[in-house]
Amino acid sequence: MTRFILRRMLLVVPSLFGLLVLTFVMLRVLPNDPSAALAGENATPAQIAAIRKAYGFDEPVWKQFLIYLKQVAQADLGNSTNSGRPVVSDIAVRLPATIELTICALLFAALVGIPLGTLAAVWHNSFFDHAMRIVTVGGLAVAAFWFAIILQLVFSMHLDWLPLRGRLAVGTPEPPAITGLFLVDSLLTGRLDVFWNALQHILMPAFTLSLGGLASIARFTRAGVLDTLQKDFVGYAEAAGYRTRRIIWVYVLRNSVVAATTQIGLLFGALISSAVAVEAIFDWPGIGSYAVTAILTSDYKAILAVTLVVGVIYAIVNIIVDITHALLDPRVAESL
Amino acid sequence: MLILKKFLRDVPAVLGLGIIATVILVALIAPPLASLEAVYDGNLMERLKPPSAEHWFGTDNLGRDIFARVMVGSRGALIVALSVVVLAIAIGVPAGLYAGYATGWGSELVMRVTDVFLSVPQLILALAVAQLIGKGLESAMLALALTYWPFFCRTVFSETRRVRNTLFVDALEGIGASRWRILMVHVLPNVASPVIVRATIGMGFTILTTAVLGFLGIGATPPMPDWGLAIAESREYLPDSWWAVTFPGLAILITVLGFNLFGDGLRDLVDPRLRRSR
Amino acid sequence: MMLQAPSRSSGPALEIRDLSVVIDTDEGTAQILDHVELVLDAGSIHGVVGESGCGKSTLLKAILGVLPKRSRIDRGSIRLRERELVGLTGEAMQREVRGRDIGFIPQDPFQALNPVFRVETQLMETLATHGMAGPKPVATDTRSMRTQLVALLKAVQLPDAEEALARYPHQFSGGQRQRLLIAAALACAPGIVLADEPTTALDVTTQLQILKLLRDLAATRNLSMLFVTHDFGVVAQLCDSVTVMYAGQTVETGPVREVLDDPKHPYTRMLLACHPERAKELAGIPGAVPSPLRPPAGCRFHPRCPEAREACHIRRPEAVSVGSDREVACVLYEGRSA
Repeated sequence: MTRFILRRMLLVVPSLFGLLVLTFVMLRVLPNDPSAALAGENATPAQIAAIRKAYGFDEPVWKQFLIYLKQVAQADLGNSTNSGRPVVSDIAVRLPATIELTICALLFAALVGIPLGTLAAVWHNSFFDHAMRIVTVGGLAVAAFWFAIILQLVFSMHLDWLPLRGRLAVGTPEPPAITGLFLVDSLLTGRLDVFWNALQHILMPAFTLSLGGLASIARFTRAGVLDTLQKDFVGYAEAAGYRTRRIIWVYVLRNSVVAATTQIGLLFGALISSAVAVEAIFDWPGIGSYAVTAILTSDYKAILAVTLVVGVIYAIVNIIVDITHALLDPRVAESL
Repeated sequence: MLILKKFLRDVPAVLGLGIIATVILVALIAPPLASLEAVYDGNLMERLKPPSAEHWFGTDNLGRDIFARVMVGSRGALIVALSVVVLAIAIGVPAGLYAGYATGWGSELVMRVTDVFLSVPQLILALAVAQLIGKGLESAMLALALTYWPFFCRTVFSETRRVRNTLFVDALEGIGASRWRILMVHVLPNVASPVIVRATIGMGFTILTTAVLGFLGIGATPPMPDWGLAIAESREYLPDSWWAVTFPGLAILITVLGFNLFGDGLRDLVDPRLRRSR
Repeated sequence: MMLQAPSRSSGPALEIRDLSVVIDTDEGTAQILDHVELVLDAGSIHGVVGESGCGKSTLLKAILGVLPKRSRIDRGSIRLRERELVGLTGEAMQREVRGRDIGFIPQDPFQALNPVFRVETQLMETLATHGMAGPKPVATDTRSMRTQLVALLKAVQLPDAEEALARYPHQFSGGQRQRLLIAAALACAPGIVLADEPTTALDVTTQLQILKLLRDLAATRNLSMLFVTHDFGVVAQLCDSVTVMYAGQTVETGPVREVLDDPKHPYTRMLLACHPERAKELAGIPGAVPSPLRPPAGCRFHPRCPEAREACHIRRPEAVSVGSDREVACVLYEGRSA
């Protein structure tokens, strides 16, 4: 098992290297004058020249790449033209917010999507199945940013049931930073009022974010369960007299979920993409809204840093997913 | 026409096709039908009026008829999506064919590049690329195509590889059949169906992403009747003028729904094997 | 070496009369089983032999009540001792019959066990479900069940019984997996075991071992076994009596030795003549097995039968008795009673 983990982590190296190359190319190749682009819109010629020197834009390409690698290794990705602070620290501060949001969304999507998908497969071609299909396709068709606005319109502006934006109500103190996840930290330190407040704030953003994921999970759970139901061991279980409930919710589900774990990795990528819009609408202080601000103000360093960070997170998530897959399905651990 | 019969039994897919047909129809007849004034020139006396007999979807903050703008907006949405998908196919399919057919390090390289493009979530990549090549609709389209081509490449690659690995291709080459001919006659037909399915679903996805980009201010610029842009422009007039935000969003939802339903149905029809990831 | 069938106890273990199973397809309704007649005597091993597609697997599924979707029992009766099984709900079948009164050994040991669960979990499932209810109740706490399972694994001659439980199916060979499945079938001490060609996927040496194992188990546990196969050789080695099936119909029944030495039905004769050990030259049976959607009228074999008469395509022949415990469904024997 440990061998599998090690080998899997090694596989990541070429992808990460490719990611570095990609971001380097975007940095170097695309803008007409990279140093001007990096310096920002209001930079003086002196500042631009300084950047040119620091990044080595006069040097041959391979040397520039080495400079770039060195910068990445030192976690020096430059300063944001907005905040003036190092981009890396900006991101570090905002990352927990995005992680909390994404995890909540993913949990909700899985907890609702998996049973729905399983039932749709078990009641194949029933009215429920057809209705589910339209609902899930709809879930994937809905524009997250628009749905977020509608939710705000109904539940905040009209009904005043939920807060409009942010992670906590203005004036509420943040819980002591243990994990950076407000929900967890407030529970760990016994601040139930803060917990309640944070929960109310995360409800709409997490729900919006979960939609696409819920639809996806329901769909591929359905496909996986349908597939599994055809397998011989299900027929055997039935003939051998296992209880139907156990066959579905213990045996079949485990097989289907195992097959679905790889899908969850892909799902995460889509979640992060949607998080950008959702964070922007709800003023959620994560890296998604950071990216949006960076876009609107042409803060190149910030954008590239976000791309790099997100790429790395994505790679890590995929590793975790593969390891979980191996834990669940022993045959996978022996391959590779 | 057993296939047609089978397709017609799939109600959601037929519904999807119907939606697509309606949207295309609207895109074709709306521009000549809707007077340009309604779309671009607003009557400021009539700004932010709720839906009525005169303005079915109400008016926006510049007094423009939202119904006309939504209808005309369908044109932009379809054209952009089509261009992106065609461009992505133009890059991805040849890349996939090459990678699947060739067996040397060239093939490996192409697939590694594909992996790298796939290692960053699409919107982030699109944002970064669009940002770096400058704002505007064309750069948004290019950015989207650059994020979508890997999917076509992958699909084509696996199909091509599969066909290539069958013995008869070796036999054909053995008797001197040209590579070109093998690709055209044997590989392409097999590849066509998954590509078409992927393209249909890609249309839906592109319309969604274009809307997000439009909302963020990349891509469509005022005064284009872009659906995403319309939502962005009307947001500050909530909660009172709810119609300005709701109807463009519904247009996006219905259109994308149509493409997704149809694409799903195509997938079931064309290859039940592909059913797996529905 | 044939086992003497023990004297018949209180009536047959399983009695199937006039069983018809149909399946609804897009192209119409197909008759998979047509007026099937079969009797399984208590304590005996009864073979069901026939080519692929003759409906033998469907027969087992019908008995267990696990027919695939869109197929159903059209008519007929299946009696388990005195109890009528046709018409019971799926739930009743699961609760009272499957795994409990009737054990099942599947065909493909490579696919029947769920690959992501340990062997212990799956083997324990039937015990946990039916353990308290069977003829030899087993307490359903993990410890007792495990003890019981280890004893079972030893009975099927699986090496390292204790360790085996903790392993996964893919870590066993085909023959070992089949032993596991046999153990699973016997877990709740059912009186009847249905075996669906359990040796087909195994190599010849392993096949012989498994057959011997089954014979011994049947004797020591006084099992009644219905053994489905396409191989007459297996029937010769294992079974006391046999039923020959063709295209969903039962054509001949009788004690194994008699049917092998003196086959009555033309199909039986031709089938035996094809067997590699008997064939003098490479022979086949001309023609092809008919599709269940458009079966030939009357006797389904008549298009390929060298002795076909007028009457053969008018009506299906009734089974007539041609000796003690021997029956044939063929016009050639009608009018002659033993």
